[in-house]
Amino acid sequence: MIAAHGGRLVNRIAEGALRDDLLARAKKAPRLTLNAREVSDLEMIGIGAMSPLEGFMGSYDLGSVVNNCRLANGTVWPMAVTLSNKGVDAKIGEDIALVDENDELLGLLELSERYSFDKSEEARGCLGTDDDAHPGVKYLKSIGDEYLAGTTWVLNMPKHTLATNYRLTPRETRVLFKAKGWDTIVAFQTRNPIHRAHEYLTKCALEIVDGLMIHPLVGETKSDDISAEVRMKCYETLLDKYYPDDRVVLAVYPQAMRYAGPREAVFHAILRQNYGCTHFIVGRDHAGVGDYYGTYDAQAIFDTFGPDEIAIKTLNFEHAFWDKIAGAMASNKTAAATDPSDKVFLSGTKVREMLVKGERPPIEFTRPEVADILIDSMASKASV
Amino acid sequence: MNPKVTVKIPRPLYERIQQVIEDSGFSSPTDFVVFVLRDLVGDRALEKTEPEKGARAATNDEIDDIRRKLENLGYL
Repeated sequence: MIAAHGGRLVNRIAEGALRDDLLARAKKAPRLTLNAREVSDLEMIGIGAMSPLEGFMGSYDLGSVVNNCRLANGTVWPMAVTLSNKGVDAKIGEDIALVDENDELLGLLELSERYSFDKSEEARGCLGTDDDAHPGVKYLKSIGDEYLAGTTWVLNMPKHTLATNYRLTPRETRVLFKAKGWDTIVAFQTRNPIHRAHEYLTKCALEIVDGLMIHPLVGETKSDDISAEVRMKCYETLLDKYYPDDRVVLAVYPQAMRYAGPREAVFHAILRQNYGCTHFIVGRDHAGVGDYYGTYDAQAIFDTFGPDEIAIKTLNFEHAFWDKIAGAMASNKTAAATDPSDKVFLSGTKVREMLVKGERPPIEFTRPEVADILIDSMASKASV
Repeated sequence: MNPKVTVKIPRPLYERIQQVIEDSGFSSPTDFVVFVLRDLVGDRALEKTEPEKGARAATNDEIDDIRRKLENLGYL
């Protein structure tokens, strides 16, 4: 089984006597309300998905991540994982109880540092831009100026109502892969319904490994992204009919989306390594938004690391489409078609227009069962 | 009962801690000592002395529990 990033699968979920002790400490501690991203980060740290992180970053780590794409100890780490203060006045060494927006206790922070960091510098380093229109920059500008760092413990898991049967921790997926006898597992990250192009990538990948984990992101996304609830119906339907039962698993990835393009691709890959995956699919404009990143920047960034710095291997794919000449899915690497009119590909805008009108996109673009779910969801949204 | 107790340390060490924490964010040598000791003998130490409470590989019983959960969810 592939090792966790940094060598050790972290577990910061408190149980038994330790939890009792920490609950007593939390009761006496000031309470800090986490936003949706911070809640998902706390959960991801707790279950070990963010190994080797054991808490929210301090200034040394953040500075190193922003400027060198590595933690202060040199371990590759591409994204900021920070906790913003919202008026809590605690001293270093004290505890802070972490609560959700309903004031439900989630965890405990053992405060090791309070600090400020230049948000524009953080945005340029991690997101590649400090343009206010970028959703990641918007987020940074919306949170407080002071960060709180320290190790965290999860005392109560966040309450989920979505995809409750698909929530597996890294420890659980590792047991699952072992039980299935899979040595090599490819992860597919997605925040969209799976259309034919993505189905093609995942099946190409599955040809060379033992198993495929469809691992859709179900944390916070932009309001105009298709909801995780609708996407889950699409995945279930697609897997039920068009994928082999014994080679594919569906589980959810509770992280919030950062839209950080290449750096987030590295983030997504490392975290899937923690889930026990050996391979990771990187397509075009992975984790991109708008035109902030080059089409294949998210593939190229992996070449900037040394061969031993990231254990999970990427499988890079070009833009895929239906090739009318060959009568099959293809990419520019494999297509017989050269004329654009022989390549069936629809823009996201065009697909949305068709779905809103109740029209199924061509079968070469999306499976009819998936199209019907999306049409229904758009119709019910319009009727609200 | 007072939840805190007094621990005596050599004065030179105390004075050295006072120097170390200057401008560090620790408000007193006591805060610093509590932080260091908690790190040293608290949660992290549990991983070594009481592995069931810290980060470590899953035990056979836990793996069995996970397998049961995976079976119940239809994964196995």
